[in-house]
Amino acid sequence: MKTDLASEHERSGVAGDASLAVDVHGLTKRYGELAAVDGIDFSVGQGEIFAFLGPNGAGKSTTIKMLCTLAHPTSGRATVAGFDVSTRAKSVRRHIGLVFQEQTLDDQLTAGENLQFHAVLYGVPHREVEARISRVLELVALSDRRKDLVSTYSGGMARRLEIARGMLHTPKILFLDEPTVGLDPQTRALIWDDIQRLRREEGVTIFLTTHYMDEAEYAERIAIIDHGAIIALDSPDVLKASVGTDTVAIETSDDEAALASLQRAGYTVERTGSGLTAFVADEETAVGPIVAATGVPVRTVRAHRPTLDDVFLHFTGREIRDQRGEAVPMMARARGARRS
Amino acid sequence: MTALPTVGPGTPPRADPAAAPPPVVPDTVISDEIRVVGMVWERELIRYVRTRTRIVSGLIQPVLFLFVLGYGMSGLVGTTGGFNFRQFVYPGVVAMSVVMTAMFSALSIVWDREFGFLREMLVAPVSRVSLVLGKTAGGATVAAVQGTIMLVLAPLVGIRLTPLLVVQMIALELLMAVAMTTFGVFVASRIQKMESFQVVMQMLLMPMLFLSGALFPLNGLPGWLTVITRLNPLTYAVAPFRQAVFAAQDLSPAAQARFPTNVTLFGFTLSIGMELAIVVVFAVVFFVLAFRGLSRTE
Repeated sequence: MKTDLASEHERSGVAGDASLAVDVHGLTKRYGELAAVDGIDFSVGQGEIFAFLGPNGAGKSTTIKMLCTLAHPTSGRATVAGFDVSTRAKSVRRHIGLVFQEQTLDDQLTAGENLQFHAVLYGVPHREVEARISRVLELVALSDRRKDLVSTYSGGMARRLEIARGMLHTPKILFLDEPTVGLDPQTRALIWDDIQRLRREEGVTIFLTTHYMDEAEYAERIAIIDHGAIIALDSPDVLKASVGTDTVAIETSDDEAALASLQRAGYTVERTGSGLTAFVADEETAVGPIVAATGVPVRTVRAHRPTLDDVFLHFTGREIRDQRGEAVPMMARARGARRS
Repeated sequence: MTALPTVGPGTPPRADPAAAPPPVVPDTVISDEIRVVGMVWERELIRYVRTRTRIVSGLIQPVLFLFVLGYGMSGLVGTTGGFNFRQFVYPGVVAMSVVMTAMFSALSIVWDREFGFLREMLVAPVSRVSLVLGKTAGGATVAAVQGTIMLVLAPLVGIRLTPLLVVQMIALELLMAVAMTTFGVFVASRIQKMESFQVVMQMLLMPMLFLSGALFPLNGLPGWLTVITRLNPLTYAVAPFRQAVFAAQDLSPAAQARFPTNVTLFGFTLSIGMELAIVVVFAVVFFVLAFRGLSRTE
């Protein structure tokens, strides 16, 4: 079996497959005429936090299902934890943790019983079960609720318990499908604390899908997926830098004079409809010096750093669907940024 | 299949010594699968014990049939050789409580689907056979327990219990429960929505119970109804149950003629062994169907 797999890797020309948590080549899933996922390629290194960002229906869930062996690829190849998803489904499943969008706990059992059940399903050796359960509950700060029925849990607690359960059998990769969807911002922050703690302490690779821009920010690398294809893949900073630099927009009592003084001070400045825009490396530290260098009274200051919203808009030409508010100003900002 | 590839030295260091990487194992390990069967079984029991309303409601309906229907019909049927309708219906009512509990237990799969827990089980790296086995064992245990609780009612309707009869009844309850749980799991695997659950309970369970001989003898029915009763797996489970109970009573020949227990098939009277064999065949068929029902990928 070992030699089979090795030669398979050689044939496909992939070096060091086993060092990658996820390795995907030309992965495609068709439903009739529709290609839900259309020949995507990417890989995820071990210990990485990797995000699939895209609107609902972009192909995120279909991809995650194929990687978790819950759907068969139409074509292409994917290895997860070194196992081919098509031929070694059970081995893949044993080495991954899964947290679905929808809750999959038995709320008539206690947290401890749910974990016990999971430990047996995933073949955690009997003598290790107790230590593992204590450990994962500790990781998500639910140790004191172990004996409580899940039906008494809040939505956020249930989600944290599911993350703990996903980690119970010491998976190499934890898949999180929209991990914080429907939760309040405070709970979302709490869950991200948990995720980062278990990545740090257990060295697990995190693969998540999200349509929340701010959630994708936690990832080390982001793949932006739209209409079944990956249209951009890099770290959040590089992606943001690719759509433009930070800007500081000011309105003054005398824009002509301000423009002259700012240019003298060495700033790259442009006139815009309502004032001036300076292109800077870091908007936060630039605001003070710019206002000081203007030389005339400043009426308004607006600093902006490209966001993933801008990135998404830049690559898809539209906003992420079901995004809240601020459509027009954001478009304007993105246009401004792209001009630079 | 023993030397499986593992992720090599590139594995990141782990902070917790207790968190050893999972051992590299072949795809199916028998001892692991047995643990799974045990765990699924245990969950059924935990849930049963925890929902007292289910235990009580599972008792109320059979008790209603036993006493209300029992007394109501006794006037009509009368007493033959010191044997009355309540005594006749008692084994049927015990069977009824076993069947209802088994079905309810199996159909909780529909709940599991609705609340997502089914997914937790189906994505696990375990055989679906283990899941169905565990579910069957759990449902059957719970149903047999429920049926055994019904034994305390025996003296109230004048049924004499002997130690042998108690053992026989529990054994037959288990067999009946296994058959009905596999049947229930099969049905549940085909039900996608909660709303369908009630409909199935009404349209399937009640006719099956009424046409099983649990509440009235199956002889003298019109031809088309007789055909249905003979297609009903429950018929073959209820008959030996009643035969065992009656065998422990001092039944006069007149009472035996008045309250027949035998099932005839193509004019041939089945022995208890044949009836039990038919139940076993049904159980195996339902088990395979249940397994296949749950094996369909999403």
